[in-house]
Amino acid sequence: MTVSVPHSLDDAVRLLGEHPDAMLLAGGTDAMVEINDGHRRPNAMVIALNRVPDLRSWRHDPVSGTVTIGAGVTYTELMQEPLAELLPALAEASRTVGSPQIRNAGTLGGNLGTCSPAGDGLPVLSALDAEIRIVSSSGERTISVHDLMVGVKQTSLLPGELIAEIDLKVRAGWQGYAKVGVRNAMVIAVASACLAVDSEQRRVSIALGSVGPTVLRCADAEQQLSNAVDWTSGAVSPDAIREFGTLVSAASTPITDHRSTAEYRSHAVGVLGARLARRAFATSEGAAG
Amino acid sequence: MSNQFFTLRVNGADHEIADSWLGESLLDVLRDRAGLMGSKGACTQGECGSCSVMVDDSLVCSCLVMAATAVDQEIVTIEGVAPIGAPSDVQQAFVDAGAVQCGFCTPGLIMAVHDLLDRTSEPTDTEIREELAGNVCRCTGYGRIIEAVQQVAVQRGGAK
Repeated sequence: MTVSVPHSLDDAVRLLGEHPDAMLLAGGTDAMVEINDGHRRPNAMVIALNRVPDLRSWRHDPVSGTVTIGAGVTYTELMQEPLAELLPALAEASRTVGSPQIRNAGTLGGNLGTCSPAGDGLPVLSALDAEIRIVSSSGERTISVHDLMVGVKQTSLLPGELIAEIDLKVRAGWQGYAKVGVRNAMVIAVASACLAVDSEQRRVSIALGSVGPTVLRCADAEQQLSNAVDWTSGAVSPDAIREFGTLVSAASTPITDHRSTAEYRSHAVGVLGARLARRAFATSEGAAG
Repeated sequence: MSNQFFTLRVNGADHEIADSWLGESLLDVLRDRAGLMGSKGACTQGECGSCSVMVDDSLVCSCLVMAATAVDQEIVTIEGVAPIGAPSDVQQAFVDAGAVQCGFCTPGLIMAVHDLLDRTSEPTDTEIREELAGNVCRCTGYGRIIEAVQQVAVQRGGAK
């Protein structure tokens, strides 16, 4: 076994090209748990990505309205201004990840690479239709996040490929993330949701975590709420929000496991959806809903 | 690069690490190879914080760092916080406030509190609780730990 610590993306990609079976190590917050437990034993090469400067930076292009985040940017960094102001839902989701120690190590690229149904960053990337830049020694490709996340801890990455950057559009309109767990701090989501409003396109998107094999979008609920909103006043009726919650629940396909039951998860994710919708829009008739 | 042997820079000194299994965590290497037993291991999954150290000025769980990837980084453990017999202000405040009972969580908490106060000089009660959420203490109920943090914040403010 060999551990490599490349200091440039070119070196990382070259090493990965020579050793396509290498294990990529980002923040280590998932991988090291498995290694410590003996559930995973890397036997060929480990390529650590935490010292590659190209992966650790982000940039904002105001002309195209795009934020490009290196895969090695940590949750702590995602919570800081000005990034937090450009992508508030991502900052909010990052704040719910683990503890300061975990947020200092864990990265957005690692979240994607692990592709856990409970990954806190993933509903945000889905709701914002992130584009993922993937590189390998033979070139690069950009795919939608929806095509990257294919199942429980399964991505469509090919051997020899690594996640380099995540592109997100800056949107006008409210966005937020909500999560249910057994307590406030240090908790893995039992159910989670990201709602993002695009007030220019007059569209609402919502993506759910921990209630399916991977992150789920809710086409019916999105359509219903987008149609129900009075886009001039930004108001929506309490009935429409209730219906939205029901449609969100209906879109979920959870399982029962050691963290929760399928029934609770379906119910909870509908409550989260309705709660986010109430935060996003004023409810007409003055009801608190 | 074959790296059965690698060097870690811990508390300003180089430690030659030989014969470790390369997948070993920084926690295991610090304790079992470098003889630095201050960082504690309990959960080995990043939940308890008793293994907290600084790596390049960032507070992390050493159980979640693959040791061989921490070459060329500045690692500070509890042993590097203050010399024996001359405790840091945070360590002294823990003693004064009675924030230590069994003491197992204390090294990790001292690391986390130093990091917190370096970033936030006057943390609120909520900020303290949120920032120390990754350090589990099963004895104290946290009240005296929070008192200790506030005590240091006041002392440092007064010294300005």
